[in-house]
Amino acid sequence: MSDVSAAAPPVRVGLLVTCLVDLFRPSVGFAAVKLLEDAGCHVEVPQTQTCCGQPAYNSGDKIDTKAIARQVMTAFAGFDYIVAPSGSCAGMLRAHYPELFADEPAFLPEVRAFAAKVHELVSFLTDVLRVERVTARYDGVAVYHDACSGLRELGVRAQPRQLLRSVAGLTVKELAGADVCCGFGGTFCIKYPDISERMASDKVADAAATGADTLLAGDLGCLLNMAGKASRQGRAIRVRHVAEVLADMADRLPPIGVPAERR
Amino acid sequence: MQATSHDFKENARHALGDKNLQAALGILKRDFAGRRGAAVARLPEFERLRVEGRAIKDHVLQHLDLYLEAFEQKVVSLSGQVHWAADAAEARDHVLAICRAAGASTVTKGKSMIAEEIGINDHLEKNGIAPIETDLGEYIIQLRHETPSHIIAPAIHLIKEQVADTFRDAHIHLDPARPLGEARQLCDEARALLRPKFLAADVGITGANFLVAETGSSIIVTNEGNGDLTQNLSRVHIVLASIEKIVPTLEDVSTLLRLLARSATGQEFSTYTTVSSGPRRPEDTDGPSEYHIVLLDNGRSAMLGTEFQDMLRCIRCGACFNHCPVYGAVGGHAYGWVYGGPMGSVLTPQLIGVKEAGNLPNASTFCGRCESVCPMQIPLPKMMRHWREREFERHLQPTAYRAGLRFWAFLARNPPLYQAATQVGAALLGWSGRGRGRFRSLPLAQGWTKGRDMPAPEGKTFMAQWAARQKQRAS
Amino acid sequence: MADSRDKILGNLRRSLRRGASDETAATDVRERLAEHRPNTIPARATALDPEARIELFIAMAEEVSATVARVAGFEQVPAAVADYLAQHNLPSDMVITPDPALSPIPWQERPTLSLRPGIATGDDLVGVTGAFAAVAETGTLMLISGPDSPTRNNFLPDNHIVVLRAEQIVPSYEEGWTRLRALKTLTEGKFTMPRTVNFITGPSRTADIELKIELGAHGPRRLHIVIIDEPAGD
Repeated sequence: MSDVSAAAPPVRVGLLVTCLVDLFRPSVGFAAVKLLEDAGCHVEVPQTQTCCGQPAYNSGDKIDTKAIARQVMTAFAGFDYIVAPSGSCAGMLRAHYPELFADEPAFLPEVRAFAAKVHELVSFLTDVLRVERVTARYDGVAVYHDACSGLRELGVRAQPRQLLRSVAGLTVKELAGADVCCGFGGTFCIKYPDISERMASDKVADAAATGADTLLAGDLGCLLNMAGKASRQGRAIRVRHVAEVLADMADRLPPIGVPAERR
Repeated sequence: MQATSHDFKENARHALGDKNLQAALGILKRDFAGRRGAAVARLPEFERLRVEGRAIKDHVLQHLDLYLEAFEQKVVSLSGQVHWAADAAEARDHVLAICRAAGASTVTKGKSMIAEEIGINDHLEKNGIAPIETDLGEYIIQLRHETPSHIIAPAIHLIKEQVADTFRDAHIHLDPARPLGEARQLCDEARALLRPKFLAADVGITGANFLVAETGSSIIVTNEGNGDLTQNLSRVHIVLASIEKIVPTLEDVSTLLRLLARSATGQEFSTYTTVSSGPRRPEDTDGPSEYHIVLLDNGRSAMLGTEFQDMLRCIRCGACFNHCPVYGAVGGHAYGWVYGGPMGSVLTPQLIGVKEAGNLPNASTFCGRCESVCPMQIPLPKMMRHWREREFERHLQPTAYRAGLRFWAFLARNPPLYQAATQVGAALLGWSGRGRGRFRSLPLAQGWTKGRDMPAPEGKTFMAQWAARQKQRAS
Repeated sequence: MADSRDKILGNLRRSLRRGASDETAATDVRERLAEHRPNTIPARATALDPEARIELFIAMAEEVSATVARVAGFEQVPAAVADYLAQHNLPSDMVITPDPALSPIPWQERPTLSLRPGIATGDDLVGVTGAFAAVAETGTLMLISGPDSPTRNNFLPDNHIVVLRAEQIVPSYEEGWTRLRALKTLTEGKFTMPRTVNFITGPSRTADIELKIELGAHGPRRLHIVIIDEPAGD
């Protein structure tokens, strides 16, 4: 449990589920809720959330992106914090919304104030809520891939490793080239699949070379990409979102890409 | 140089299947990043120097016209000559005129990306003058009729066996049975062959890593010494430089030099950093008697005052190439023109148009590794995104892609519609994929499933489950 | 041609939204050029006393495969050079720049050494030069062109031997520039650059083939530095 004092009013967190978690692996969302509630937060999930706007933004469609951004800021108004189990979505809101509205000086202060409340899940737990350890068990040897946006836009690097160290039964090894892109890149993997595949292949090979049985990361896009490549290559490595392990939920759902009957 | 950037996808596919290239890129990926990291770790002031370097360049750009005038004045006061070239054609004309006036038949060349940009070698050859590349990498690719694949290490795409084959094919007067299995032997052969060429050349052409306004100087940074032999031994020294290369003072350039070698190769300082100012003095006993500098615009002035201005801070160190996973996968030739890697992805559309070069800023995951190692703190992914914005405004993206994106945005702006659609999608895919847990192929998603499985969704969206949960708790 | 000059400068001023007669901007430029203030200079060399600075120079130079010999005075230089030649099986014919800084060397102590003062050719195996300064920060020599120091002597000989005094070792490039400005102003009344200033850090090398470093690309294969502890002007 965290050190959050029981007497203080609970921190109100709006959970930005992210479109990939919503669609592909809702369990990650529930793991995030559990972690946040265990740390003493009151979690709400605004029902009008859809997407953070990154696909439109990275394709140069500023108009749609702005419309989506306004919608997001409206949906998440009034929370103490907005938290996402994804460095890229959190980075979109925190780092890029202010850039997006740089040409609207009247609106910009509001956007900046909103952006300042946005956090990626694991770094939120450690840096804001001062969570130092989790109560969880996972028997295995894992490597951690640093998803690019989380790493470079939000400085997420030490925090997941810190919390993973507190998971009973888990050994964390360092991954060579942990900070090298896995090749997902949102629209990139669709536009340039050959190059994307090669990057995914390199990443998965690096992971396998460590002898780890588990590959973790904080972004579902990366995870779907790496899991898809590993499974196509017939590799046994288990791929999961770091929140599943930290929330002690790994025994409830199969790794990414593995059917429910098998574990 | 004829661009093939529009064929980037095909170029990339070819590159991914090229075993020699992949072996060569493996060496680059393994060595370059580590060397830079070690050099940076050794200099506690490195981050501060990055900030200062950026400030120096930003200051220069804000005063670029004035610094260029000051520079010109100084060069002329030293009896050097300054030639202004608005575009590549004018630059070629200047160089040819100088060579003709010097009665040149051979011209030695140090490595110069501006020379590549203006296509000077072809131009000289067409006009009966033989340009001889002297940088080892450039020499090798000249023999192979290839273009440089990296701005610092032009022949990095080759393994040594390919170099040996090239030397055997080209140096036919040498004993065919001679051993060429080691880099040492290849270097020695090139050294011996090029030495007389240096001594015989009428004109030496170099680029310039920096120009110094305070002293009217041009600076070249090399490890081989070829640039120095090129510019010192011939009667005429021509410097090719684009206008943004200028730096105010010797102190300012010292700061940038500290950043350059460390970022490029992980060296503390390059072997030869040479500051040249005008032709030889009357009392000198060697050195060129003519010094010409061709100042090239070719699109740079059009970048000032735009969202691409920061790109003019680039000092051509190549760190972005060395840390880019896309470059590391496909090498430099895939980019199809002079400049590859992240800096090429920003600069090329500016110089040859986004219609021709649009693939380049699109072939990025925006991982940001380039920006994190750029000594001048250039926001490369941001500028690549600006190119995508320009493409979007001009409807230059493939129709299907644009339609798909706009459809997604339409859904995203309609929460009830979005949730209905995602629930259907999750259910369908979840149901059909639950047996194997993943899809080996999916209609409309061949880009993904050609080389990867698609993990199956769990079946119900989070939002639907959450709404149900909340409802249950309320009742 | 004047058209292009005007066109380019005009484009720049338009992009910067500034007229040619903007006094503030012109003053900023003038002042920056006149002041030539140094930026951050790494503490690595500046924080050291002169002896430690010499040791740093030697360590950095050796790191880049230069070799260094330290001698007490000019009298020991011929022996140091002769030893170097013997060590590498080099002939005793050397080209030497007519640099007055080298004139105190009593070459006659080693009569087998054969020195030809003047300009190097493509066939010279060994060349001896002086230096203007040496930068401890990165083990870098600073050489300037002049009537007594032709630049090609730094590049053509296969083996380059540089003789300098320990007091010529400065901490940083900035100190080198300060000394150069002082010298030029003293000798010529104002500061103009020599035609060439060479910063040389180790022998010539390339990594163009598979990133493997090979020494002796086009410039010297070897660089030997002889440091004389004895200060000048005794």
